Amino acid sequence: MSWATMLTTMGEGMLRTSAIFFLTVLFSMPLGMIVMLLRRSRFSVVRWIMKIYIAVMRGTPLMLQLLAWYFGPYYLFGMSIRGYRFTAIIIGFTMNYAAYFAEIYRGGIEAIPNGQYEAADVLGYNKVQTFFKIILPQVIKTILPAITNEVITLVKDTSLAFALAYNEMFALAKQIAASQTSFTPYVVAGVFYFIANYLVAFIMERIEKAFDYYQ
Amino acid sequence: MVLEMKGIKKSFGQLEVLRDISLQVSPGEVISIIGPSGSGKSTLLRCATFLERIDAGEISYLDVPAVTTNAQGTAEYVGNAELRKMKQNFGLVFQQFNLFPHYSVMKNITDAPLHVQKRSREEVFAEAEEILKKMDLTKRADAYPCQLSGGQQQRVAIARALALKPSILFFDEPTSALDPELTGEVLKVIRQLAEEKMTMVVVTHEMPFAKAVSNRVIFMDGGVIVEQGTPEQVFENPQQERTKQFLRNYQQ
Repeated sequence: MSWATMLTTMGEGMLRTSAIFFLTVLFSMPLGMIVMLLRRSRFSVVRWIMKIYIAVMRGTPLMLQLLAWYFGPYYLFGMSIRGYRFTAIIIGFTMNYAAYFAEIYRGGIEAIPNGQYEAADVLGYNKVQTFFKIILPQVIKTILPAITNEVITLVKDTSLAFALAYNEMFALAKQIAASQTSFTPYVVAGVFYFIANYLVAFIMERIEKAFDYYQ
Repeated sequence: MVLEMKGIKKSFGQLEVLRDISLQVSPGEVISIIGPSGSGKSTLLRCATFLERIDAGEISYLDVPAVTTNAQGTAEYVGNAELRKMKQNFGLVFQQFNLFPHYSVMKNITDAPLHVQKRSREEVFAEAEEILKKMDLTKRADAYPCQLSGGQQQRVAIARALALKPSILFFDEPTSALDPELTGEVLKVIRQLAEEKMTMVVVTHEMPFAKAVSNRVIFMDGGVIVEQGTPEQVFENPQQERTKQFLRNYQQ
């Protein structure tokens, strides 16, 4: 197999990998916000449901969760799962990462001193203003390093989609490696992941710098 | 009356922090509240500024009631929107400053007048410049709180409170987080406000300051007002044994 063929094939896989990555980021970050708010709910029932959800998402392997999301509908309800593969992957990744993001957000929110809320309250800001003008910008600054970690992990975790026989980059590398009896595809995959993560780290560092003007 | 508090009761669980406290503040008055820690001084300010909810009693600003007590003896607050409007009557300066770290000095001062009071930009900025000048902070308008000394930060906090044009200003131990060296510059500013007849209630441990600046000194202990009067009466000629004991300990 020529280098060109291999790189083209893996490039296509990279596109599928990117699709998983971007859709997961797009859905899990806002969902994490909702999970965090519910996790801090006034109602203990809601809090407990969210605690259990987070515990399960963090406490079981993502690969297992992906299998459950994909095959669950068939085994539980006898539903046809044809054409559902990609959706299952996105649901699985989103639900898993939302749990992690929720906990990162919660850490950020709880790190804000109570005095910030009190000052805003005395100055007459309403709840929405207080959250968006005073609290959120400070939360973003504190959680950025943790978010970077999580996003980098996500880049690498996309390879778990191979468990559902989805032809993302890593699955393709594995196939080529097996058929050609060569380790090269793995090295290429490694380089791809590394470059992607280098980009992620670079962009996140720029964002962190943008928040550097205060402490 | 700028502020009228009547029969304020406040407990945290089993602990009674305020036991039937009444306080009236007339325009231009400067009141110092002194007393040992745990005496309820700070809680009284926090109740007056609605940061804590009282259990029973009445609070009104400029003769408009904010809290009343119903027939069952429990406190009833006006609606949230009305309460927020009432908050425009007072400003509070915290012990820990509580400036917004992501806002410059200027934005700390102008943001609430612009977005809470929705006043015009020109007016707000012109006034902010003036207040900064008074606080001797003109050169630091573009600095961020982390770039300022504690004394400067506290003066920004005072400026921020003043920018909303409150009828009364509360200070919760405004110099307790400062080095002795920086205490003076903050006290100087408060003294200056007193000369301009700003109505103020100051919880403080700075006895010489309380003596020099206030019209009235209140000594609190165990959630009650033990004694109050002019600085001369309270400091030179205290009537209550508890006051004498407290002042004696202080001089040592």
